[in-house]
Amino acid sequence: MALLQISEPGLSAAPHQHRLAVGIDLGTTNSLVATVRSGAATVLPDEQGRALLPSIVRYHADGRVEVGYPAQARQAEDPKNSIASVKRFMGRGLKDVAHAEHMAYDFADAPGMVQLRTAAGVKSPVEVSAEILKVLRQRAELSLGGELAGAVITVPAYFDDAQRQATKDAAQLAGLNVLRLLNEPTAAAIAYGLENAAEGVYAVFDLGGGTFDISILRLSSGMFEVVATNGDSLLGGDDFDQRVFCWVVEEAKLPPLNARDMRLLLVKSREAKEYLTTHAEARITARLSGGEVVDVSLSAEKFCQITQTLVHKALGPMRKALRDAGLGAEDVRGVVMVGGATRMPQIQRAVGEFFRRDPLNNLDPDKVVALGAAMQANVLAGNKAAGEDWLLLDVIPLSLGIETMGGLAEKIIPRNSTIPVARAQEFTTFKDGQSAMSFHVVQGERELVQDCRSLARFELKGIPPMAAGAARVRVTFQVDADGLLSVSAKEAATGVEASVAVKPSYGLADADVERMLRDSFEHAKEDMRARALNEARVDAIRLVEAVRGALAADGALLSAEERAALERQAAALAAVASGSDHRAIRQASEALNRATEEFAGRRMDAGVKRALAGKRIAGLDL
Amino acid sequence: MSSHFELFGLAPAFAVDAAALDRAYREIQSRVHPDRFAHAGDAERRASMQWTTRVNEAYRTLKSPVQRAKYLLELNGVDVGFETNTQMPGDFLLRQLELRETLAGANQPEALDALLAEVRQEQRLLVQGIAQLIDDSKDYAAAAGEVRKLMFLDKLAAEIDVAYEKVE
Repeated sequence: MALLQISEPGLSAAPHQHRLAVGIDLGTTNSLVATVRSGAATVLPDEQGRALLPSIVRYHADGRVEVGYPAQARQAEDPKNSIASVKRFMGRGLKDVAHAEHMAYDFADAPGMVQLRTAAGVKSPVEVSAEILKVLRQRAELSLGGELAGAVITVPAYFDDAQRQATKDAAQLAGLNVLRLLNEPTAAAIAYGLENAAEGVYAVFDLGGGTFDISILRLSSGMFEVVATNGDSLLGGDDFDQRVFCWVVEEAKLPPLNARDMRLLLVKSREAKEYLTTHAEARITARLSGGEVVDVSLSAEKFCQITQTLVHKALGPMRKALRDAGLGAEDVRGVVMVGGATRMPQIQRAVGEFFRRDPLNNLDPDKVVALGAAMQANVLAGNKAAGEDWLLLDVIPLSLGIETMGGLAEKIIPRNSTIPVARAQEFTTFKDGQSAMSFHVVQGERELVQDCRSLARFELKGIPPMAAGAARVRVTFQVDADGLLSVSAKEAATGVEASVAVKPSYGLADADVERMLRDSFEHAKEDMRARALNEARVDAIRLVEAVRGALAADGALLSAEERAALERQAAALAAVASGSDHRAIRQASEALNRATEEFAGRRMDAGVKRALAGKRIAGLDL
Repeated sequence: MSSHFELFGLAPAFAVDAAALDRAYREIQSRVHPDRFAHAGDAERRASMQWTTRVNEAYRTLKSPVQRAKYLLELNGVDVGFETNTQMPGDFLLRQLELRETLAGANQPEALDALLAEVRQEQRLLVQGIAQLIDDSKDYAAAAGEVRKLMFLDKLAAEIDVAYEKVE
């Protein structure tokens, strides 16, 4: 039976040029940028042909910033100003940072996120991460020969809301249009699944430099569905280095070390760990600043022994993920290994024993996440035709809730809920005449609020006087496709409504982002206004293109007048966008956005109807 | 707004065709999901998020036997009163006490496996009974009582889940 063809909503029927989109793996140890070129995902190397960018940023007193290999080469000489593994500090307070006493940094405890004192001033982890992202952005723009339309940035699946928000802030600070935050194991599953046409239940075991994720996915053609995810956002290859470092200090009976020696031995410890992947013994030698010489040998067997508890730490999340998925180890058809730390033989052995099958190592564990992110970026940018693309359904890793009387956490959205998701719950007043309520938003699985992560606090004021228990305050949690939460509260019993939207306290306020942008431009001597104008223009052009594409695809949903009005407004925005007043461009963009709301709603309704119609026809064909 | 069943083109019944539900869910998601609108304007991205949120909620409700039964009873105007009505038959409560004692005494994963299998079996029987009460005899009041029992067992299953973490 011949079927009528209907184009997919959201994909413009009009031919458009290929949009430049990249996937970025912002890793603890190394970062990468990849893109899809001529249909194939490929990592973009630097001018020397190197794919990896070491995630190390060095600040100089004169404001110069070095990122990557140059910063890595001198890190032992200048430990306080050479920031490595900054990902571990994203969205974290000082008390959350493990082994802070063993780190060579000068920490400044700030409300919300820990900060670092450097020769160039106090830096937040967001700013440090933005430096890495800027280098990758420049690399991509140079290599692709144009401005990027957007980027997919990967995050560990087990990152909480604060860590995700911090990552998105860093990307915005680096001038990237974030198409999506994508979970790292999910990105790896895309790359693996497409390459191998995999179908069935797969596990992705992702042990990176600083984070551990385990995700269980159901793969079928055109579909990646995350069933459950778990992990430990403070477990990674760095911890194995740390164990070796502590062993060396003990073995060589070293006195307390200065920052330089600490960093030197840590680098040597990492080298020994990597050497032990293919050798039975590693020799660690170093000359410390006081002249002492360290010379010890670490056997592979001893290395396994001193890191046994770390390997064991990965088992709990694996069991939990399988239980949440309602599956046994025997249901898993393959285990994809991701992250440089999975090269360690003890990790390979533990995973093999747990799943009772050999892990899959046919992808480069350093690159697979960036490649998957690039493939997803290509789809999100609209470069793939309908039918060639795929659907990705991901989940939130940790439950979201609210503090109730007695310091208990009331879960509102349970972990492993498919996103986007919204859930509402009603709360009431405790005392007669209570006019305000304070809310504490938390994330985690534990019953007590003190054991969960505090995300935000806010107050709802102006509740009219009522008896205790009479007010009806409806708190709504909305998690978007990036896994980011927004919360609103509304008092509805008397018809009086008040609502408040909160941003997690660990995320940056818009004013902070603006200040950081200003700071970074003072150094770069770029003009803020030029940047604002450019961004407004890019956004406006993108919007005009999207609206015209939507009109071409689904204009039939509008009356002739409605259609003409939208066309006029799109043309008006296009005209304003060629001018030089960024505020006028923003205003015209907002006006067009408002004007298209009704049309957007109708397109979604029509899409749902077509989906069901398509299903019935498919049913007849069976 | 259409019901969750209408959304997926299904008849409003407790016995759902799981394959048809999955298929409709995927079809709709592939058209409204935010990934389809990542490069679109704000209005479309917002509409897409709202729709996808609604579709996810409807799917979650229809997938879970307890949620599906509660939703159907509400559609049929039955005040389920799960929060206020805690009256349960004596023999059921006795059986619950027994299961909870077993849980408290289980300190091996194998013991929990056995207990969980028992709970799953009782859940299956209840689900069969609820299907009969809602779809065939349309005895919604009796169904509400059985749904309450199922909720007890779901809670117990969640506690068994937590217990695994303690013994492992």
